[in-house]
Amino acid sequence: MTRRRGWTSAVAGIASRQTRVLLKSPALLVPSLLFPMLFFAALAGGLAELARVPGFDYPAGYTSFQFVFVLFQASMFGGVFTGFAAARDFESGFARRLLLAVPHRSAILVGYVVSAMVRAAIIMAFVTVVALLAGLDLIGSPLDVGLLFALALLSNILGSLWALGIALRFRTMNVAPLMQVPFFVLLFLAPVYVPLDLLSGWIREIADVNPVTFLLEAGRALLVGEAGPVGTAWLVILIGGIILGIWSLTALRSAERG
Amino acid sequence: MNGSPALALQVGAIGWRSVRRTLRQPATIIPAIAFPIIMLFVTSAGLRASESLPGFPSVSYFDFALVITFMQGAIFATAGAGTDLAADIESGFLDRLALTPMSGAGLVIGQLGGAVVFGVLQATFYLAAGLIGGATIAAGVGGVLVIYAMVIVMAIGFGAIGIAAALRTGSGEAVQGLFPIMFTLLFLSTVNLPLDLIPVDWFRWIATVNPISFLIDAIRSLIITGWEPSVLLVGFAVALGIMVLGVALAAVALRGRLLRT
Repeated sequence: MTRRRGWTSAVAGIASRQTRVLLKSPALLVPSLLFPMLFFAALAGGLAELARVPGFDYPAGYTSFQFVFVLFQASMFGGVFTGFAAARDFESGFARRLLLAVPHRSAILVGYVVSAMVRAAIIMAFVTVVALLAGLDLIGSPLDVGLLFALALLSNILGSLWALGIALRFRTMNVAPLMQVPFFVLLFLAPVYVPLDLLSGWIREIADVNPVTFLLEAGRALLVGEAGPVGTAWLVILIGGIILGIWSLTALRSAERG
Repeated sequence: MNGSPALALQVGAIGWRSVRRTLRQPATIIPAIAFPIIMLFVTSAGLRASESLPGFPSVSYFDFALVITFMQGAIFATAGAGTDLAADIESGFLDRLALTPMSGAGLVIGQLGGAVVFGVLQATFYLAAGLIGGATIAAGVGGVLVIYAMVIVMAIGFGAIGIAAALRTGSGEAVQGLFPIMFTLLFLSTVNLPLDLIPVDWFRWIATVNPISFLIDAIRSLIITGWEPSVLLVGFAVALGIMVLGVALAAVALRGRLLRT
């Protein structure tokens, strides 16, 4: 009982500290909010002409089509940004003290992940408000839309586990590109600009097996209440969470030794 | 004469340290070179459907998109130069440097040395990737040299912005936060489609006034059109303007940082 309480209070302490640092530091919070919002503006506004490409038939229009991508991207990058925070904590020496102070060290990992989800929830709420003002069309039922948001929020765990795995292994901010670049590329190897059916060549072959594709296709289907690979998307979250969980736990062991 | 080493000597020492430090960080260099190249291939494949839009100015979206690499390289210059300096601040190196006769100008200019060397290295890889991917440079060898000149000016300008952010915040994480903002600025430009094919009024307005669009149009003109002096002149003027602004911001931030130190 005491052991579990100690673990829970360590998670809560780390998560609340990270959230406080985020909310009190405009230099950290503003980019987190601006990035997805401006990204949404850039894609939904700048590429709207693509809705006229023959074969583009998303019923809610190009703005809603891009909203789903930006929602997932914002959530996942909320996780990646938490990897930056962990790397910074190692550079400042705070994480070392944390390793000494917390007996159940998985709590450190979970604390960062929880703070990443709080960060993602804030960003997703902000993006949604902006998207609604820009003409987002929610055609799906409240349950469908709720599932879309749950799926997007949970995808944040994948981003944070990946970035924490890097941060805990290298323990320096210099590897920040390694945290964000692979995720960014993975996102863009999915059907970002046009539906999957309009992709051709090598990118279509990759998009067909890219896990992010299932998330986006499921999200876009849920937004308009149509059938889509929703079950596969939940599997992606589950399997990805297990694999990246092992990746970040082994990194935690590496940090303990280092 | 007054005990301070000559500015050139200071710039050389800091510059050499900056170059060596940049080149010794494969975890920083490899993504900064590979990412724009990967994004070139990914974006040009994902947006190939644009070639079917009436009025699209190039027969190949790949040629049209090659400019993305140079712009992303400039963004990495911002983050790279700033992160290195932020690490110096966090580790106390800058504080120790402040106790020496090193001048502020020497520090900023020297720190930019790494950004410039790295920018040229990046541009070489990007050009090679473009040519291997089938792109042609319409302006020929002279055009390639002009692209390099543009890359150097951009590396100084964007690198200085990163340095200003590092000096202002003293946080590597905050400097890395510039990466997505710069990236978004890139997307709010003519990077993906020309102005004529942007139907949304507010976006077209932003893309029209966004300085990044002028840089893109200048480099892109050399790749897909050939020599367009007016486009090039405007592009260089904007690049020089960013450089002057970035260096001025860095100088002001340095003064504030040294006062706090």
